[in-house]
Amino acid sequence: MNLQALTDLWLTYQSTVAFVGLNGLLALSVYASLSCGQLSLAQAGFMALGAYTSAILTVHAQLPFAVVVLAAVLVPALVAVPLGLPVLRLRGVFLAIATIGFGEVVRIFFVNLDYTNGALGIVAIPRRTQLWMIYGALAVVLFVLWRIRGSRAGYALEAIREDEPAARTMGIHASAYKLAMLVLGAGIAGLAGALDAHLNFMVAPSSYSFSRVVDMLVYAIVGGTSVFYGPVVGAAFLTLLPEVLREVGSRVGLQPGPLRLFVNGLVLLLVILFLPNGLVSLPRRLRGWLESRRSAAHAA
Amino acid sequence: MGQQIVNGLFLGSIYALFALGYTLVFGVLDILNLAHQAVFMLCAYAALLVVVHLHLPIYLAFPASVLAGGLLGILIDRIAFRPLRGRSDSNISGLISSIALATILEAVGLQLFGPDVERFPLGTVPDRSLRIGDAIVSELQVVIIGIALAMLAVLTFLLQRTRLGRQIRAVAESPLAARILGVNVDRVIAASFFISSALGSASGVLFGLAFNNVAPDMGRAVELKGLAVIILGGMGSMPGAAIAGFALGLLEVFTVAKLGSSYRDAIAFGVLFLVLVLRPRGLLGQAALREA
Amino acid sequence: MLLRLEDLHRTFGGLRAVDGVRFEVAAGEVHGLIGPNGAGKTTLLNLVSGLLRPSGGSVFLDDLRIDRLASHRIAALGVTRTYQNIRLFPALSAADNVLVGAHLRRVDPLWKRMLFLPGVRREESAARGRALALLARVGMADRAGERASNLSYGEQRRVEIARALASGPRVLLLDEPTAGMNPAEVASIAGLIREVARAGHSVLLVEHNVKLVMDVCDRITVLNFGKVIADGTPAQVAADPAVIAAYLGAER
Repeated sequence: MNLQALTDLWLTYQSTVAFVGLNGLLALSVYASLSCGQLSLAQAGFMALGAYTSAILTVHAQLPFAVVVLAAVLVPALVAVPLGLPVLRLRGVFLAIATIGFGEVVRIFFVNLDYTNGALGIVAIPRRTQLWMIYGALAVVLFVLWRIRGSRAGYALEAIREDEPAARTMGIHASAYKLAMLVLGAGIAGLAGALDAHLNFMVAPSSYSFSRVVDMLVYAIVGGTSVFYGPVVGAAFLTLLPEVLREVGSRVGLQPGPLRLFVNGLVLLLVILFLPNGLVSLPRRLRGWLESRRSAAHAA
Repeated sequence: MGQQIVNGLFLGSIYALFALGYTLVFGVLDILNLAHQAVFMLCAYAALLVVVHLHLPIYLAFPASVLAGGLLGILIDRIAFRPLRGRSDSNISGLISSIALATILEAVGLQLFGPDVERFPLGTVPDRSLRIGDAIVSELQVVIIGIALAMLAVLTFLLQRTRLGRQIRAVAESPLAARILGVNVDRVIAASFFISSALGSASGVLFGLAFNNVAPDMGRAVELKGLAVIILGGMGSMPGAAIAGFALGLLEVFTVAKLGSSYRDAIAFGVLFLVLVLRPRGLLGQAALREA
Repeated sequence: MLLRLEDLHRTFGGLRAVDGVRFEVAAGEVHGLIGPNGAGKTTLLNLVSGLLRPSGGSVFLDDLRIDRLASHRIAALGVTRTYQNIRLFPALSAADNVLVGAHLRRVDPLWKRMLFLPGVRREESAARGRALALLARVGMADRAGERASNLSYGEQRRVEIARALASGPRVLLLDEPTAGMNPAEVASIAGLIREVARAGHSVLLVEHNVKLVMDVCDRITVLNFGKVIADGTPAQVAADPAVIAAYLGAER
């Protein structure tokens, strides 16, 4: 293989590698709340806030990228506070619905905002995002989540996830922790939004719909939410799999759009039915299955 | 003003039918079935196909679609919900499972029908309109409101006067108690899914006819409105869903009239937030959590 | 008086589950709370620990009014509990469960964790050590790493008690800790309760096992239909005709 072929290969798959990183960040933003038992589906709205903030500051104010990214993290994080205070009191499916509603409100807001060209969005955003930035951000977020687990806060989050009222009677200030994780998730989603906007040249409301946050949830669940790196595994798997299948699919006349959706849905269904702890639990399950076969063989 | 009311009731009847399906399953299973909107979409296409390819009139295609929707609902229960029945986290895992199935069904729809909007052929529905007071009401609108009210009446009869209806209400209150009393809970749940999806299917076909718009993403928008409706009406409350459905229809139409169309979608979510923050159980929902 | 309940009420719908209850628990005292089924004992514990709001009356901890406070605040003030139907965190190990219980005693700033400062390791092993010591006290040291859901019923109860002790509470609320246990296990729990009281914690013990309560408690309050029908030493309560009537009535 010569250098030219390698370079061509890299150029072809560079965007996929970038998407794996971005989707990993988005999956982690949903995971932040799932880790303390909260099904928050507001992250598409937070991503939109980050993406639009960054787009406006770059295109209209010409600020340096670092400042823009910082703003893209802070704006959704700040918005998460007044959202979280009333909404985190709601249980389970009500919280999910309320946060879905928030995401829609944000989307509709931008559709109607003339300053950002409404449904058309902002285009011609200069490409500032580099691959190292995406993976650097991913590494930082993973690091933070890694250090949280096993800490007093990490135990508190797990306790809240397992049994919130019991956790409270141990002195754990559940509301504060849940709000903190919502804010963290919002910041991560905003960060991903800014990086995405400066990679794909544009922001438009249609990119931040309910379908988007469903994708993020699917990545997290498929990867597994019992460990902090599970969602990234899920994001990688579900971003790469359609690429792999695309070749096969086009030969059979399947469109890439529906194929990707179908694969997402099917994998999610199989995971939730047969592998509820996600892909990361696969090695453990396989080992257990092999051992039970072995001991059955010995007993026979 | 009269025109707005008619338009509002017309839109509201579609919301009401859709939301009734949602809330029936939630009342019985305590799970939100997010595959409901996929049934809505696929059955609209089913009716379209029957009219276009089988050349049958709409008044045959409609019941055929509704039946197909009901059967699809039973399938959804079998695949996505029943295997999770024993699990402790079945509320959330059921929700996710329904999302998975919805995604699969949407993908199928997208692959089979393509992303573009389809329309029912001219002449599918009569084009006549009547004048009532200062309102111009199309025959289609009257028929749709009529069908919605008729289905509501049938549903009420079913739930209040039949044995199945009693069993459904028993399971909704306490599956454990119902089982002890000899009710075949799995069969009752399957029946609930049939009814729920039949309602979803009806609202899909009516939507497709009303707005002459059938597309693979038509379910998404209605799904979110449907959430607002069942929250407003109270999760698990059938009368609540019906009232809230009509209420949202009227609210949307009046909002567009006074504030312009860009706020139409926002009103549903404004209502959603207000209800969740001020009175989470909605208009007619119960405050207490369901017992096992 | 460490814990004082004054005219405490709780109504559900039309039912008065707790009706004008008043009694006191002194520091270091083991105080029993008995009564027939449905007498309101668990509801009372829920009121004291903040899981339920009272409909009326008040609860004082050392003259500080604690009813209507959020349950995590009440825990921070030194009131912890176990549950009638055992609420361990099923996916966590026994040791991890106890570590969660120690939440209030731990100092583990996240920023120090991010920078890998040496104190972090020390604090964590100290906390783990304390958790293991507590498990040893309840006789569960050898099962420390076992998933809570894999433990037997009796083992889970003991871990739950260790967890409730982990924050060094002033008042420990025990909700039927010996339900379903054989006599040997009950005796071991009784020993544990006496030891806990000797170590300075007060114990409010809700129990069905009347013999255990007579053996281990300094004072006993008897509830029936949400009301206090007797309050005194074990000897006084055992001789009280109202108590005898209530229990005989319940047995019918």
